[in-house]
Amino acid sequence: MTAPVIAAHGLTKRFGDFTAVDGIDFEVPPGESFGLLGPNGAGKSTTMRMIGAVSQRTAGDLTVLGLDPDSHGPEIRSLLGVVPQEDNLDTELRVRDNLIVYGRYFGIPRSVCATRADELLGFAQLEEKRNAKVDDLSGGMKRRLTIARALINEPRILMLDEPTTGLDPQARHVLWDRLFRLKERGTTLVLTTHYMDEAEQLCDRLVVVDKGRIMAEGSPSALIRQYSTREVVELRFGSERNAEAATRMAGLVERIEVLPDRVLLYAEDGEAVLERVTDLGLHPTTSLVRRSSLEDVFLRLTGRSLIE
Amino acid sequence: MSATTTEPAHKATISSLYARNARSVVARGLKATKSTNWVIVLSGFFEPVFFLLAMGLGLGTFIGDVELPNGTSVSYAAFIAPALLAVSAMNGAVYDSTWNVFFKMHFGKLYDGMLATSLGPLDVAFGEITYALLRGGVYAIGFLTVMQVMGLNLAWTAALAIPAVLLVAFGFASVGMAVTSYMKTFQQMDWINFVMLPMFLFSATFYPITVYPGWIQGLIKALPLWHAVELVRGLTLGVLDGSMLTHVAYFVVMIGLGLAFTTVRLRALFLD
Repeated sequence: MTAPVIAAHGLTKRFGDFTAVDGIDFEVPPGESFGLLGPNGAGKSTTMRMIGAVSQRTAGDLTVLGLDPDSHGPEIRSLLGVVPQEDNLDTELRVRDNLIVYGRYFGIPRSVCATRADELLGFAQLEEKRNAKVDDLSGGMKRRLTIARALINEPRILMLDEPTTGLDPQARHVLWDRLFRLKERGTTLVLTTHYMDEAEQLCDRLVVVDKGRIMAEGSPSALIRQYSTREVVELRFGSERNAEAATRMAGLVERIEVLPDRVLLYAEDGEAVLERVTDLGLHPTTSLVRRSSLEDVFLRLTGRSLIE
Repeated sequence: MSATTTEPAHKATISSLYARNARSVVARGLKATKSTNWVIVLSGFFEPVFFLLAMGLGLGTFIGDVELPNGTSVSYAAFIAPALLAVSAMNGAVYDSTWNVFFKMHFGKLYDGMLATSLGPLDVAFGEITYALLRGGVYAIGFLTVMQVMGLNLAWTAALAIPAVLLVAFGFASVGMAVTSYMKTFQQMDWINFVMLPMFLFSATFYPITVYPGWIQGLIKALPLWHAVELVRGLTLGVLDGSMLTHVAYFVVMIGLGLAFTTVRLRALFLD
């Protein structure tokens, strides 16, 4: 097996009394698309910042591309591409200049930056916006420009913190398509997300993080198989009657989750369960049978919903 | 920050703070100026010129000549022109290192982006200060040209006012950045103006310091702008003595302390 590009063992970050990352272990092999899935405040961004050598760990071991971020921060940063959660494009510069100037921060010669900038504008589908002001771009375009910018130094690892948060569905799909192309080219991707569909689309393997700890690890499908059933029946009886209905359905399936707005029944065959619910004389206002998702995995692992 | 003895202290070396690439930050500043705000930059040149016209020429006709400590008399315009030059160096450097930096830090998130590259906090600090100095240098040359045309430069040493002004600007910029790193809100930023305005008015800018009683003189002499005014005034009027070296030393110390402070703060803020 090839050496991992990122290896974390007992990785810990404390801010005063607050433990943001609580002794996590993971390894990322080259070329993998690795995800950190968890709710806001789980410690995902802090972990990303430690890998990105802009935040020092409190304890534990961490190597990125074989180097220790504490002693080789600048070297590591020169080998990474970072797409932060909040766009921090340079609004005083035009689109193309954003790429060139950023490349210069890495000490890359101007002519090389210019060539790469033109390639990357093509990749990000922003050729026509090359001389536009950053503020005039749409949210999706800004994200694509931020990703293009992160690629200007031809990074070994691309780090994406919540890459599609705040984008409309169409812009998200365009972005996923671009990221998928990078993955096909063999770029190692490390991303955080609190969207299950995003994790399922993009990640070969992921860790589920909650309160600074890793709850589970595996491929999206393996995690679903391990922690959930094939299908889920979602029933809404109205917020006052959900709990009572759940008691009456207790015998139907092995696992029932009662959420404030709905009841979830976990089953291999959803339609069959739904029929038996009707046989009990229960009439939900809405019913839906769907495939299990990482949302269900998270609910199972933490007892909480991913998006509150 | 709390450190416990059981965990190893992860100490950063100088190489993690400085990548010897401050020039890319300067280049960024020049490019940004070119593409967005050159008009604002240009306006900075006119401010001291307007002051000079209004007060030096306008008010000056009522005031007449000013007698210097060495007994010679100079026109009121020649007396306040070097002070205005020093003030504009201070204002430019303080604006660039406080408001400008504050905005980039908290709203533009510019430094977050820069520090995710190979750049270290020192590259950013040096780069931003150098850019501010370039700008200040251009203003100084422009203003000295106006002074020359108006016949207000009374000695060849006036040419040395350019490096003197850069030294002054460097001092204010390095301390300004350190102070700004503590600022979290616009309200706090207003305190900077609260300090700057009285310093501008009372630092022997518009009249000799001898009008004050002794203890106020002592207070004024502790402030950086007084040293700046005296240094530049001595050079443009050709009144030189040993105190010039004191003024230079004041700013050298100010630069050293400001830079050390700024580096520590930028590290704490961005590489926690």
